[in-house]
Amino acid sequence: MDFWAWLILITKVLAVFLLFAIGAMPLVLLERWILGRMQSRYGPHRVGWRGTLQTAADGLKLGIKEDMIPGESDKGVYWFAPVMMVMPALAAWAIVPFGPEVEMGRTIGLWVADLNVGILFFLAMGSLGVYGVVMSGWSSNSKYAHLGALRSSAQVISYELVMGLAVLAVIIYAGSLSLIDIVNAQAGLWFIVPQLIGFLLFVIAAVAETNRAPFDLPEAESELVAGFHVEYSGMRWAFFFMAEYANMLLMSAIVATLFLGGWRGWTIPGLEALTGVFWFLLKCSVFMFGFFLLRATQPRFRYDQLMNFCWKILIPIGVVNLLIAAGLRMAWS
Amino acid sequence: MCVAHLASVVQRSRLRNSMADNLETTVAFWYLAIAAVGAGGLMLVARNPVHSAISLVIVIFHVAGLFVILGAGFLAVAQIAIYAGAIVVLFLFTLMMLDMRRLPEERVTHRQIWLGIPLGILLAIEGVVVSVGTPEISASIKGAFPPATVSDLGGSTQALAVALFNEFTLPFLGASVLLTAATIGAIVLARRVEAHEQADFPQAAEGSSPVETPAEPALEESAR
Repeated sequence: MDFWAWLILITKVLAVFLLFAIGAMPLVLLERWILGRMQSRYGPHRVGWRGTLQTAADGLKLGIKEDMIPGESDKGVYWFAPVMMVMPALAAWAIVPFGPEVEMGRTIGLWVADLNVGILFFLAMGSLGVYGVVMSGWSSNSKYAHLGALRSSAQVISYELVMGLAVLAVIIYAGSLSLIDIVNAQAGLWFIVPQLIGFLLFVIAAVAETNRAPFDLPEAESELVAGFHVEYSGMRWAFFFMAEYANMLLMSAIVATLFLGGWRGWTIPGLEALTGVFWFLLKCSVFMFGFFLLRATQPRFRYDQLMNFCWKILIPIGVVNLLIAAGLRMAWS
Repeated sequence: MCVAHLASVVQRSRLRNSMADNLETTVAFWYLAIAAVGAGGLMLVARNPVHSAISLVIVIFHVAGLFVILGAGFLAVAQIAIYAGAIVVLFLFTLMMLDMRRLPEERVTHRQIWLGIPLGILLAIEGVVVSVGTPEISASIKGAFPPATVSDLGGSTQALAVALFNEFTLPFLGASVLLTAATIGAIVLARRVEAHEQADFPQAAEGSSPVETPAEPALEESAR
């Protein structure tokens, strides 16, 4: 690698990182506005023009708040848990293709890395996210946090299987583990058409993996107070929030990439990269809106319903779907 | 375990160094190797089981890094997804269920440690002899898939698939059946006998209530 290759790589990494550091703030505001509208109230409307500066004010408040550590906690693990929460969520973004290749003196792909095992890397990072939850829940030495962490680990391990089965069906159609190849394989037909069942399974599993309503048992605010991060305050608490939004965005991006053709769509000649990024972001925002919509409209699962739904309904469907996909692929080739 | 691990790492590094020797790879290798062995040692001496489990995760991460250096991306990702993402999480889950904070303070060492130490030293010497002392042996350990074969097949993922689904299909399926049987066995053993099913298990009906001894009837049933 020469100097320019390093420079391009570092620029890409910084760009993706900044997307999060800044991107989470307008998303929080948007969620609160949408939730407010759906519940017939205003939502934030005091700070700045119609409440636009609300998250900035909240961020400032979190920044100057005291960082409390419970007396009987396991300090090292407690300190490290928020980092462990954010790290996999950010690392998985390395493989997401934001747009097509651009010619600027040299060919630059609008992604950080084209791994030949890309989609498996995403699954691996997704399965690491649970460590942040388990470590924070265990080290806090609090019953609420402990219960939240227990629930979360069981839930994430179970729904990971559903997600894996849905992804496998896509891999069978695309014939590659690289996300770039998967997007290119959807040039003619988006995978949502042959893999509608896989798409639905993946979306359900994605909501469960991000611990969002109606799968928000690990942090159920009405019974567990806030679940695994109940003892955290200040910037450490903000890390949990950032990780949640990073994960939601990541899941939206992966759904768009796997099933909706990623950055593919109608293009204006000469502006392929720009339109590509536009289509990709548009598809992502549809799913982000879906996350907010679910939170405003759906009641929470009961724990036995959650487990039965996964093991007795989703996983059998996923296995049958995989078998059918493999059979069709064999018949065609 | 640590010693065998170290030996295999040294051996791999030699194979790698004979292929390509550049600064980034060497620095990455030594960092990953030292961190993996260090975390392995921490895992053994930690008095808190949760700390041991977290150290194990660190070992798994660094060994995955070693796989990446060797160009085996699939193995690296599988290592993280399966060992760190599933198995150690289940360890932690169990530890949290039992709410184990610390092990007892007095050190528990087995009597057979006096047999274990010489055997461990012997294994370490063997590892060093094989990897360092005898160039002709380490040169012959190339495996069935030297780099040229792997790149002909299109990558390490494809090479693994070719081996797994052509040459070793039967052992692979055998392992799957074995795991499925073990899972079903665990479900049978852990299954709670409901009240309306007691007619099928007369032992449960005449003994104490089935809720207090849930595993017993099913145990005897499976033993027959």
